[in-house]
Amino acid sequence: MIEAVGLRKVYRLKGREVLALDGVDLHVRQGEIFGVVGQSGAGKSTLLRCVNLLERPTEGRVSVDGAELTALGGARLRAARRGIGMVHQHFALLSSRTVAGNVAFPLEIAGVPRAERRARVGELLDLVGLADKARAHPAQLSGGQKQRVGIARALASRPKVLLSDEATSALDPQTTESILDLLRRLNRELGLTILLITHEMDVIKRICDSAAIMADGAFLESGRVLDLLAAPGSRLARSLFPLPATDAPDVVTLTYTGKPDEPLMSELTRRFDVDINILGGAVEQVSDQSVGRLNVQIQGERREAALTYLHGKGLLVEVAG
Amino acid sequence: MAWLTEFGERWPDMWPVLWLGTLDTLYMVLWATLFTVLFGLPLGVLLVATDRGGLIPAPAVKAVLGAVVNVGRSLPFIVLMVAVLSLTRLLTGTTLGPTAAIVPLSIGAIPFFARLVETALREVDRGVIEASHAMGARRITIVGKVLLPEALPGLIAGLVMTVVALISYSAMAGAIGGGGLGDIAIRYGYQRFDDYYLWATVAFLVIVVQAVQSLGDVLVRRLSHR
Repeated sequence: MIEAVGLRKVYRLKGREVLALDGVDLHVRQGEIFGVVGQSGAGKSTLLRCVNLLERPTEGRVSVDGAELTALGGARLRAARRGIGMVHQHFALLSSRTVAGNVAFPLEIAGVPRAERRARVGELLDLVGLADKARAHPAQLSGGQKQRVGIARALASRPKVLLSDEATSALDPQTTESILDLLRRLNRELGLTILLITHEMDVIKRICDSAAIMADGAFLESGRVLDLLAAPGSRLARSLFPLPATDAPDVVTLTYTGKPDEPLMSELTRRFDVDINILGGAVEQVSDQSVGRLNVQIQGERREAALTYLHGKGLLVEVAG
Repeated sequence: MAWLTEFGERWPDMWPVLWLGTLDTLYMVLWATLFTVLFGLPLGVLLVATDRGGLIPAPAVKAVLGAVVNVGRSLPFIVLMVAVLSLTRLLTGTTLGPTAAIVPLSIGAIPFFARLVETALREVDRGVIEASHAMGARRITIVGKVLLPEALPGLIAGLVMTVVALISYSAMAGAIGGGGLGDIAIRYGYQRFDDYYLWATVAFLVIVVQAVQSLGDVLVRRLSHR
């Protein structure tokens, strides 16, 4: 749905060149939620702005829903942008307009007649649960309500793609949860493809199907979240499941995706006569599957055989050190 | 309290003079305000729009506009009035009276108002402008439906400041034959040493300024939704 190839973005600041994007390839499948995570300054924001060409990439191509945006300009680019919704960290609502007026704004831009606008605004406010706030001004709303207005506005012109620029970063944890639930619901009910950027790992864990970790203008890793977690040396796994450092001997890190339906640990001790000591671990729901990551000390004569057995059972086995 | 009695006796004679002067002042100020908004508002929009990273980035144009505005702002109004006399004659056919005064008043207030417009527009959240671009809005739509409405309370406040400045300029215009309350203060109050006229004029000017300011404050409060 979103294809970006070889994106580079160079800024010139007082004669100095700053490389904000250094060869990023981004592939977002139709109907998925793709999260780009990274620290501030990693280039996430520039990447997102390059997707709807708020920033024009120095090099590279961007296509959304089959149309190559980097080849467009003027009126055709504006028309293409109307098919891409965007929500913003600080909501970016018009303070002079009511909630209904804000949601109607993209429809005015698109030249939708008044009666049709009014009906569509009603639908959208119902969708985000703010029908009773239509006549309020943004200043009278809470942060979560403002972001709901922002989402309703982004959906007004029935886009297939939604770009989310740190949509939950200015919100408290509870509100964040409700906004993430809303995005998930819209993704499922409307088949909306969502590209979001965030610095919160939790957002990736809660709603993303795919993810990329970004640093210094490039992707360190990217792909389906479950695939990434099951890959050796995964930074995503380390970030999502931080395990306490240990210098105990014979420690391995085990990662499993999907429900363990066998009592593996007791089986190990019985079959291979090894001692098992669990040093740390975490189990979380990721993409609606339970994923676990354990630091386990395994000691005994037949340790290697035990590890091979675990590997054969589909667990990712990483030997520490 | 002898002066009060004397004032009471003279009031019937003073009243028509002061009333006509007030009307002249209002006439000059209202027309000048109209021209000021007509030219100053677009000028202010251009000052913001031609920014690097603005709606129509054009640093060279901005530099020129900025310089023109600064020249206008740095001239004392009394000097500007004299300097534009020939233009005034060209446009109105005379250099005396309230109609002639409209020309220097407008020229003096346009750069003043343009800077206030610029300041008000800069207060508009850049995120909202970016969001409008992301929605596929045209630049003219962004000016008309985002920049100006979002800045409206600030624009009204700037307009009030401009009108008050125009009232004070118009009194100066009186000094070189512009008519209005300033003219009365100079001719009756200063040249004839008639303190009654002087203080009555002051009172009238204060009332007019106060009325304009109060009206503006109410409007700003009603329009502000921040």
